[in-house]
Amino acid sequence: MSSYECVIGLEVHAQLLTRSKMFCGCRADYLGLPPNSNTCPVCLGLPGALPVINQRAIEYTIRTALALNCQIPEFTKFDRKNYFYPDLPKGYQISQYDLPLSLGGYLEFEVDGVLQRAGITRVHLEEDAGTLHHAGEIQASAFSLVDLNRAGVPLMEIVGEPDLRAPNQAPAYLAALRQTLIYLGVNDGNMEEGSLRCDANVSLRPVGADALGAKVEVKNMNSFRSIQRALEFEVGRQTELLDQGMPIAQETRGWSELEQVTVSQRSKEGAQEYRYFPEPDLPPLLVTRELVEDLRGQLPELPLPKRTRLQTRYGLSLDQARILADRPADADYFEAVVAAGAAPRTAANWQIQNLQALCNAAHVQVEECLVPAAALAELVQMVEADRVSGSVAKNVLSEAFGSGASPAQLIRERGLGQLSDSTEIANLVDQVLAGNAQAAADYQAGKDQALGALVGEVMARSGRKANPKIVNQLLRERLPR
Amino acid sequence: MSLLEEPISELARGLRAREFSSVELTQVALSEIEAKDGAVGAFLRTTGSAALEQARAADRHLAADPGGASTLCGIPVAYKDVLCTKGVETTAGSRILEGFVPPYSATAVLRLEAAGAVGLGKLNCDEFAMGSSNENSAFQETRNPWDLGRVPGGSSGGSAAAVAARMACATLGSDTGGSIRLPASFCGVVGVKPSYGRVSRYGLIPFASSLDQIGPLTKTVEDAAQVLEVIAGRDSRDSTSAVAPVGDLTELLRGGVEGLRLGMPGEYLAMDLDPGVRSVFDHAARELEAAGARLIPVSLPSTEYALAAYYVLAPAEVSSNLARMDGVRFGPGFASASSLTEAYEQARHRGFGPEVRRRILLGTYVLSSGYYDAYYLRAQKVRTLVAQDFERVFSEVDAVISPTAPSAAFRLGERVADPLAMYATDILTIPANLAGISGISVPAGFAAGLPVGLQVLGPHLGEGVCLRVAAAVEEAAALWRKVPAPTPHERRLA
Repeated sequence: MSSYECVIGLEVHAQLLTRSKMFCGCRADYLGLPPNSNTCPVCLGLPGALPVINQRAIEYTIRTALALNCQIPEFTKFDRKNYFYPDLPKGYQISQYDLPLSLGGYLEFEVDGVLQRAGITRVHLEEDAGTLHHAGEIQASAFSLVDLNRAGVPLMEIVGEPDLRAPNQAPAYLAALRQTLIYLGVNDGNMEEGSLRCDANVSLRPVGADALGAKVEVKNMNSFRSIQRALEFEVGRQTELLDQGMPIAQETRGWSELEQVTVSQRSKEGAQEYRYFPEPDLPPLLVTRELVEDLRGQLPELPLPKRTRLQTRYGLSLDQARILADRPADADYFEAVVAAGAAPRTAANWQIQNLQALCNAAHVQVEECLVPAAALAELVQMVEADRVSGSVAKNVLSEAFGSGASPAQLIRERGLGQLSDSTEIANLVDQVLAGNAQAAADYQAGKDQALGALVGEVMARSGRKANPKIVNQLLRERLPR
Repeated sequence: MSLLEEPISELARGLRAREFSSVELTQVALSEIEAKDGAVGAFLRTTGSAALEQARAADRHLAADPGGASTLCGIPVAYKDVLCTKGVETTAGSRILEGFVPPYSATAVLRLEAAGAVGLGKLNCDEFAMGSSNENSAFQETRNPWDLGRVPGGSSGGSAAAVAARMACATLGSDTGGSIRLPASFCGVVGVKPSYGRVSRYGLIPFASSLDQIGPLTKTVEDAAQVLEVIAGRDSRDSTSAVAPVGDLTELLRGGVEGLRLGMPGEYLAMDLDPGVRSVFDHAARELEAAGARLIPVSLPSTEYALAAYYVLAPAEVSSNLARMDGVRFGPGFASASSLTEAYEQARHRGFGPEVRRRILLGTYVLSSGYYDAYYLRAQKVRTLVAQDFERVFSEVDAVISPTAPSAAFRLGERVADPLAMYATDILTIPANLAGISGISVPAGFAAGLPVGLQVLGPHLGEGVCLRVAAAVEEAAALWRKVPAPTPHERRLA
């Protein structure tokens, strides 16, 4: 039996959604471009080229830091992190060392419905490297091809405190962080394409001990699932070693998705000596309090407060609120539907169960679809007022989703509205009873099926528009048993 | 007499009076290079046809708008090979950049081109501007036009020698610890080290980014002011460039020294100065006094630590700045390597000369964990003290004067084997780079037939006062029309 506690901290790298790169005018959105076409003397690291700071990237980083409850010091600077690698054109990465843009915050996240909090050490800004391409595995390849389209893309690093105590907390923490970044509009949250990357530091210590055990850094995890798997594997591996009285080597290990194991990449002895020193090409930055307060004032409502507000203000269930608050655009759409007059709970159901399903099938987001919030609101109001049947409304919504027509107008034009006027229906019922005395008697004698036939007759005479609920109710009133 | 012996203002007048064209002036420069540079070795490459094309464009501009054209329009200039020139090979005097053709030009070059200046070619220098004698160039030796057996000084030796031998009207150099002022002194020309931030470094292949500045080398102080006016000023591509306006420097230098307070730094004058140098300096100082300046003894107590601090900070930046020379994207690269490390080793071992290697190793060492605080951080503190020394002194005096170097030009090969003696050549110029202030070297006289420069140091962005004092020295010395006669002889192989 394991008597160890695991200690986990995550380091998350997020590419910023700025228009240009961190230190030059090349596009930050480099995907899909011909190799080395999105480059200039600055991001190619040509001799004599100089960096110029992207102000928007600074603002995005401060915005993120504020959302993560960090302090923003007045004085910050960039440093050079020196190491040789072919994807690093200058031979150093411009990063931040001892005076980052922000320090000391926290992130709230949920595990199995329980709210938890983990510390954020710092959020700082640096530049991404290029990419290398090989024929198959790097060791077997006869060449390395260097593509510098990605070199210099603004990269925000969010360093978490070692506050996580179980592998399943890591994906929950990351999901909450990812959602926050998407809310802030600073990152697209795409882990598969690497615009959001996560490394984990994990160590074990005897339960009750204060001192931390030897730290292992795990890399190459590119999904929530692989993060949890990798950490579970690592906890198991370290537990086994400790149980056998073996030491844990402080090292960097890579997660192999194929083998579902972590593999040693670099030992502490092989650790890089980065020779950090202040970047002489960039003067230190003074972050004015005006800028910080300005950015604080522009912060959007964040995921957890939004979810809570959707519940309390609109009376939504926890599940409804959680689903709608997943993306700010979903919640915005919902609130627009309600503002246009729809009943909140019905509106939530229609958006989640019907409209979202159509969106998923068509691979579009709700804000991009052809059904404006006002149109869904009108449809929901008709359903609420029994002026259209649920199944007809669903079919009409599907058609409107494809064509962009107004669902309410389709119902009116095609006469698909529901007949809910009791007096009119009562007339039809009386006509049917007058012509079907036998069926009426059969029902009163105890034959339930007879009622179905009568309902069907009324529906037929109404051109299938009568509200079946009212038809049933009136027939039962007139044929007491 | 060659046209290139005239100052820029006279050439500008002649061009506008159509006494000669820029094409003719450029042809004169190219034939002077042809005649003299075999002996001097200032140029690594000339760009004759491009120069003539620029000259034709300048002539058209002068004809169309003689009043609107810049004073530099049609004037032949040349660039130290650490300045990137679009489409023209730029090596920084290093094998590792052999064949590197930049796709862009340095801002200073672009500004001269926009003014209509004609680029004659690229000038030899110590490898990556590291050296005080030009002997660290990987490609060739440059000789002092006043004595072909002596060094021109470094690292902008080609830039100084080209002006001294009247092969170009003005050149650009770069000064990290004295690399403009020292060769200017050795070759008998004017050399300005602008304040840090005064001239954009964009496109300057860096030596030490926090110390480097581009500046002009010219025959006269007025010529220097005219070139500086064109190249100076804010550049959005260099975040360290100063926002303050440049002002009319040509006008400023006519101010005279009447009533100026000139500091005589005790620590500089107490050094082991060559007697000939000392006597030229003393004479020039007396002339300044006679012209109305007040000479005031001042103290710069941190001077004795400046050289040591410089040789920590500059190599630290070198070790990082030269990391991009990895053989992957430019230069001769590596032939066949079995590992990445081996590829880097091949490219860099072949590519870098011994002095550059020495400084990379020094810099790597002082930035390593465990040594950072003892070396890099401490040197930064010394740098702050040096800057504070100057701040205090400039509250007492308008400018500081001293010899530019402890000696006149030394013999080729004399200090090659002794790096510390070579480093000490820059002892009087380095503090200005550490403090980021303005400086100039102006010819003040001759000692044993060799030119001797006087250094004027001014406050940050105080180029105006430096030029004023230098103009007074120039007037008193009355020797700028003196021209060396480098006798052609077979050039020794480098």
